[in-house]
Amino acid sequence: MTAPLDPVAPPITLPPSLRDVEPVQRVRTPFRLDYEVSAGRSMAAYLRAMKEKRILGERCPVTGQVFVPPRGVTPTSGLVTTELVELPDRGYVESFCVTRVPIPGRDDLQLPYVSAWIVLDGASVGFLGLVADIPPEEVRLGLRVQAVWRPDDELGETADNIKYWAPTGEPDVEITSYEYVGQPGEAP
Amino acid sequence: MTDIAIVAYAARQQAEVEENELEMIAPLIEQVRSETGLGPDDIDFTCSGSSDFLAGAAFSFVLTLDATRPVPPIVESHVEMDGAWALYEAWVKLQIGEAKTALVYGYGKSSPGSLRDVLATQLDPYTVAPLWPDAFGIAGLQARLMLDAGDVTERDLAEVAARSLADAADNPNAVRAGAHSIDELLAEPYLHDPLRAHDCPARADGGAAVILAADDVARRVCERPAWIRAIDHRMDVHHFGVRDPRRARSAELAAQAVGVTSDKVDVAELDAPFSHQEPLLVRALGLDAANTRINPSGGSLTGHVMMAAGLVRLGEAATRVHRGDADRAVAHATSGPWLQQNLVAVLEGD
Repeated sequence: MTAPLDPVAPPITLPPSLRDVEPVQRVRTPFRLDYEVSAGRSMAAYLRAMKEKRILGERCPVTGQVFVPPRGVTPTSGLVTTELVELPDRGYVESFCVTRVPIPGRDDLQLPYVSAWIVLDGASVGFLGLVADIPPEEVRLGLRVQAVWRPDDELGETADNIKYWAPTGEPDVEITSYEYVGQPGEAP
Repeated sequence: MTDIAIVAYAARQQAEVEENELEMIAPLIEQVRSETGLGPDDIDFTCSGSSDFLAGAAFSFVLTLDATRPVPPIVESHVEMDGAWALYEAWVKLQIGEAKTALVYGYGKSSPGSLRDVLATQLDPYTVAPLWPDAFGIAGLQARLMLDAGDVTERDLAEVAARSLADAADNPNAVRAGAHSIDELLAEPYLHDPLRAHDCPARADGGAAVILAADDVARRVCERPAWIRAIDHRMDVHHFGVRDPRRARSAELAAQAVGVTSDKVDVAELDAPFSHQEPLLVRALGLDAANTRINPSGGSLTGHVMMAAGLVRLGEAATRVHRGDADRAVAHATSGPWLQQNLVAVLEGD
């Protein structure tokens, strides 16, 4: 008789045929479900535009704020959006993080890499991207960046089309507020 | 007890919705807001019901919060249950006086995955779920036992289906509807013997949104509020072998707790995804089928949104009170295999 697995649990009396057999200590329950998720109206438009190296946002019908990526509804009004707007593939770094440890399965990311929160010109909120073509120690808040797209024959309906964001050499943006509710085109 | 009523209801059921969950639910939330004139600032509490296992994504409900206008932050909660249980949580919040109004919604898209497999994941994870039993097949076991015991005949099941399909013709949200004779339905092939296709729920994507309001607010925003006179929910045991599949004891207890039989019931909206479950529920709730209109909407049989079908029943029952078609209505919601969990509410007009 092996020691009980859980010293708190009362001992179980097994029938003779099951005595002195190896206890089941764990079970494997393979679990797999497949889904075909539809991106939705706004996100599908966003992904289709990505294939043409265009970035779409949407304008809030109440506040005029421009959200990217578009979700179909704006969180500041809770209303369904109807107006998609095209945004330039340029903006500035609002925040960034330098990562020096690898992510399993992401061998394509060379360490260290810089992930950044990038505010596109004309957008009211930032979105996520990698910053490269610049030493990590030189990345800074307000750095002006431009998208570096994958070669045309590699473009798909995916946000992965932007390989990374590279410095434009323009003067830095002076960030005075991190409030995301700023109006589009307004200096931060 | 605070007087709390369902004051607005909107729903959508469609075989397959192309929009994502946020785009699907947002117009329904807009609709109940505009019906009541209660804007996001007037809503004290928000509670939703949905399932990550349907969406295939973790914390998927967070996506839909954008429709509640969560900037600035709101008081919000979520249940991994049918929206009817979200309504219960909101009702408690109003009862304890922490809110006067609540937005409740439930939604689900079954189309991205295989619902019959997804439902296996709610079963005992050690000995049952690894067998990946088909959810409709499990319902078939229950139907077989009821048929064998003489609780129902196949003709009874066809009658339930025929009436539901006929009633669904007036429901713009019905996924399946139309006039069929009993013999016509009985001539259909079995899908999950002894169940035929029309005995099984008409799968739909969609959702429902409801606004609850207390006392004077309810009277102000709704001409004839559907007052929730009583609401209760109970749950049967997980282990199939311990249950008597011919009974829904949790439904019986919930019905007793809310006093279903204490007065005449004009309308009952029962969440019976399978035809054999309707007579089972009629019996469990103690309804007098001769004097109560059962499922005038066509019921879950003719349009079933996983995670919202129960809230739809509450909304459909409330709508009949709003319109003056019913003075006293019973709404029922269910979840889990063999009607494992049951919620029963009594709604009344003034």
